[in-house]
Amino acid sequence: MIENRPFFTFITHCVVILGVLLVALPIWITFVAASHDEVRMLQSPLPMLPGTHLWENFKQTLFGTGLSGTESAPVWRMMLNSLVMALGISLGKIAISLTSAYAIIYFKFPFRMGFFWMIFITLMLPVEVRILPTFEVVANLGLLNSYWGLTIPLIASATATFMFRQVFLTIPDEMLESARIDGAGPMRFFWDILLPLSRTNIAALFVILFIYGWNQYLWPLLITTDTDMTTIVMSIKQMLEVAEQSPQWNIIMMTALLAMLPPIIVVVTMQKLFVKGLTETDK
Amino acid sequence: MLKRVHFPSSPLPYLLIAPQVIITLVFFMWPASQALFQSFLMEDAFGLSSEFVGLENFDVLFGDEQYIDAFGRTMFFSFLVAGLSMTVALVLAAFADRVIRGATVYRTLLIWPYAVAPVLAGALWVFMFNPTLGIFPYLLKFIGIKWNHYLNGGQAMGLVILAAAWKQVAYNFLFYLAAMQSIPRSIIEAGAIDGAGPVQRFWTLVFPLISPTTFFLLVVNIVYAFFDTFGIIHAVTQGGPAGSTTILIYKVFNDGFVGLDLGGSAAQSVVLMFMVIAMTVIQFRYVEKKVDY
Repeated sequence: MIENRPFFTFITHCVVILGVLLVALPIWITFVAASHDEVRMLQSPLPMLPGTHLWENFKQTLFGTGLSGTESAPVWRMMLNSLVMALGISLGKIAISLTSAYAIIYFKFPFRMGFFWMIFITLMLPVEVRILPTFEVVANLGLLNSYWGLTIPLIASATATFMFRQVFLTIPDEMLESARIDGAGPMRFFWDILLPLSRTNIAALFVILFIYGWNQYLWPLLITTDTDMTTIVMSIKQMLEVAEQSPQWNIIMMTALLAMLPPIIVVVTMQKLFVKGLTETDK
Repeated sequence: MLKRVHFPSSPLPYLLIAPQVIITLVFFMWPASQALFQSFLMEDAFGLSSEFVGLENFDVLFGDEQYIDAFGRTMFFSFLVAGLSMTVALVLAAFADRVIRGATVYRTLLIWPYAVAPVLAGALWVFMFNPTLGIFPYLLKFIGIKWNHYLNGGQAMGLVILAAAWKQVAYNFLFYLAAMQSIPRSIIEAGAIDGAGPVQRFWTLVFPLISPTTFFLLVVNIVYAFFDTFGIIHAVTQGGPAGSTTILIYKVFNDGFVGLDLGGSAAQSVVLMFMVIAMTVIQFRYVEKKVDY
């Protein structure tokens, strides 16, 4: 700090703490709602302090049938679907972006720049603006209600390719020269030198992509009709619709809590990688 | 961008690039060209045949009052979301930048809403503002405000803006804090020696120096408000009441999947695609330029 002003420092802390509390308020209310029983959650005003039914709600939500009066998969099944989708998207994106960046940077072959521009254009076509025709393609390929349909259409990535291109460009040419003198072929060089050198970038990207994959909403909403294939993020919307007739806010909020927990854990525990990934992929 | 030292041409690079290119062709290029093609077609009332109508779909679209309204609403929504979340983030980052002890703790406590899916953010806010049960309507009653976002279009818009801005504060905060921490200390110290107080230093030194970040965040936030807020709108208001929160991306979905107006929806998609392209160009052309003094 530049100057010593104890009172101003005190104010500074107050403002930041106020900000933290405001940002955390919705989550606190969710947590409180998930820890009361159904009857308490129907009386206004709603509680602001946690109740004693957290564990009960947790068990009923995760392993029970969820909301009464609806036909849906149990929540553990939806979380599993979300996990498969998130891992499929993040690992798939990383794998195909690594290899395509490698090809573009380290090989000279016809149409190299043509391929590069084609990948670049995907940056401008987010899934939201081409939902109907993409849905038709996936339906024609028979990929509705499958893990393939949930992941494959989302794994092409211009940003990830760019990021790896950037990383590879910083690797000195002498690396490849010495590897070639030692007799390493292209794949050997890729596995033994490039991959280890871009390890932290891969991890940082994984954190961002895991959150991206877990939080997908519109795409799974369109292509899954089978209740066994629904993801947990999708299920919240269906529960809100049911809530208009028979509100079981304790179960709904517990589901919401379970749905946001995995990405939050990833962000908080891998904060350094998260910040690195965020600043590198977007700029 | 090719390495000076590289491998000669062989089938290998094609194999390496093939997965990305095939997925791009099948799930990006083909659907996008389909959207473009469909936007020139009009289906008959039963969906049995379609005929080529040229630019008529676009003509109808821009003559449609509802679409023009949705356009203006999207602008209003995007600028308010961007403005609100960036202002809050800027204030918090400016204060957090002063904190020496506990800065990382504050950062941890502020960044996690980034990980909350938009539709979940919508669900949390719709619960807090539930007209019969929610905590805020209960409190608002004491100051004489009757809250019901299912009936009041203005309140519905306010709620989706709040939910969308809340989720984005974390992201903006991270970038603002990083930008402020990268300003050389000597500049700030020189300002202090010349007698500038903290507030004056912020407005005359810090704020101008982080202006590239502000511009970058403005573009990113507007793109976010345009496309990523679908989940929030779908969970909170479903475009209602009476279309008062129907933004463009929700309209594409609604007209295409609910209304089954394929030509019209495709024409809307094409308009959106051009907007994304424009914003990407702005981002790449101007954001990288540094501001010099």
